[in-house]
Amino acid sequence: MDKVVRMSSEKGVVIFSKSSCCMSYAVQVLFQDLGVHPTVHEIDKDPDCREIEKALMRLGCSTPVPAVFVGGKLVGSTNEVMSMHLSGSLVPLVKPFQANLC
Amino acid sequence: MNSTSTHFVPARRVNIYEPLHQFGMWGETFKSNIGNGNLNTPSHIIIQNSQLDNNLSEDTSHGTPLVFDQETSTSRHPDKIKRRLAQNREAAKKSRLRKKAYVQQLETSRLKLIQLEQELDRARQQGFYVGNGIDTSTTTSLGFSENMNPGIVAFEMEYGHWIEEQNKQICELRTVLQGHVGDVELRLLVEIAMKHYFDLFRMKSAAAKEDVFFIMSGMWRTSAERFFLWIGGFRPSDLIKVLLPHFDVMTDQQILDVCNLRQSCQQAEDALSQGMEKLQHTLADCIAGGRLGEGNYVPQVNSAMERAEASVSFVNQADHLRHETLQQMHRILTTRQAARGLLALGEYFQRLRALSSSWATRHREPA
Repeated sequence: MDKVVRMSSEKGVVIFSKSSCCMSYAVQVLFQDLGVHPTVHEIDKDPDCREIEKALMRLGCSTPVPAVFVGGKLVGSTNEVMSMHLSGSLVPLVKPFQANLC
Repeated sequence: MNSTSTHFVPARRVNIYEPLHQFGMWGETFKSNIGNGNLNTPSHIIIQNSQLDNNLSEDTSHGTPLVFDQETSTSRHPDKIKRRLAQNREAAKKSRLRKKAYVQQLETSRLKLIQLEQELDRARQQGFYVGNGIDTSTTTSLGFSENMNPGIVAFEMEYGHWIEEQNKQICELRTVLQGHVGDVELRLLVEIAMKHYFDLFRMKSAAAKEDVFFIMSGMWRTSAERFFLWIGGFRPSDLIKVLLPHFDVMTDQQILDVCNLRQSCQQAEDALSQGMEKLQHTLADCIAGGRLGEGNYVPQVNSAMERAEASVSFVNQADHLRHETLQQMHRILTTRQAARGLLALGEYFQRLRALSSSWATRHREPA
């Protein structure tokens, strides 16, 4: 879906979420803790919510939200983000997009 | 049967003989005993007195009032003596028959009571609240009492077995590490121990679907473990902190890796904690919606149920963190270090469980 491709290709970290989804909020907080300011799209506020959900699922997300893209590429949902972080591979991935580059 | 009841059965025939008077007492006492109990036995159990009367007393006094005629001297009327004796025999016979019928009634009711109690037990296990008067404080050694959801009951039993198995594994690790053991055998023991933890996370995931509040509140664990509870289990970063000094000599790279892992855990835990807080606020707002005090809160409870669903994903995600932490530690450490770590981890929880039971029994010990 074009809209999803467009939105997910935005620079930096993009998170598809829903305003009611607390897990999406948790993922947001994690990236903020890493010094990244993610772009958050609350798809429940979007008229094309259903379409976006379907598109995200088709791209391989187990649940439509949260869906995390870094530099236009799909990272996955909460599971993938947490696994990557604990294995140490998340920080290098988002390093180019960290707000405070010391 | 010592009957203290002094209830009179109103005479259905005109007369009341002493023996017949007793028949009434059999039935009345029986009824009052049942009435005082907490069970409302269906009335069909109790054969009404009138039935007894009707069945057994048809041969005496067919409407003919039989009154003990005190004025008639027995010495002058031997026929009357004979008749009276016959009547007494009849009355005694009826009394015995009545008693037999009563005892049979008691037996039937006793069996019915047992049956009802069994049905109640079954109903409680299916989660129906059973009213006052019945002892609901069935506490297992694990301390749960209220939840009779069969999925949860099954989980608690499984967890009991899990603990037994855990204790066996810890014993074996301890023994093996005290002696000389090859890496191959040690690696096997480490794999078994890791898998055992992963089994627990799977069990918890299934149980969370049954009752997430139960899992989240750690009701299935001992009290000291609950004290340290974080989203239904242990806090991974705390564990790393506890275990760190117990490994054998570590390389600089290992120390660095473990410290990084600990920091990543803390960040992930922080994110999940904040998500949980948001969920709690949302749930509280939901429950408190509308006007508090009006007595009708079905819509609020229903919408709160939907929100509560999200807790399941938090329990799963917290367990995922624990799973990943164990995996990463396994990757960073050597087999021997991992074995020591798992032994230390196992004993740490054993100590917490021991603390729980010591604490619970502290007042029972003589001073």
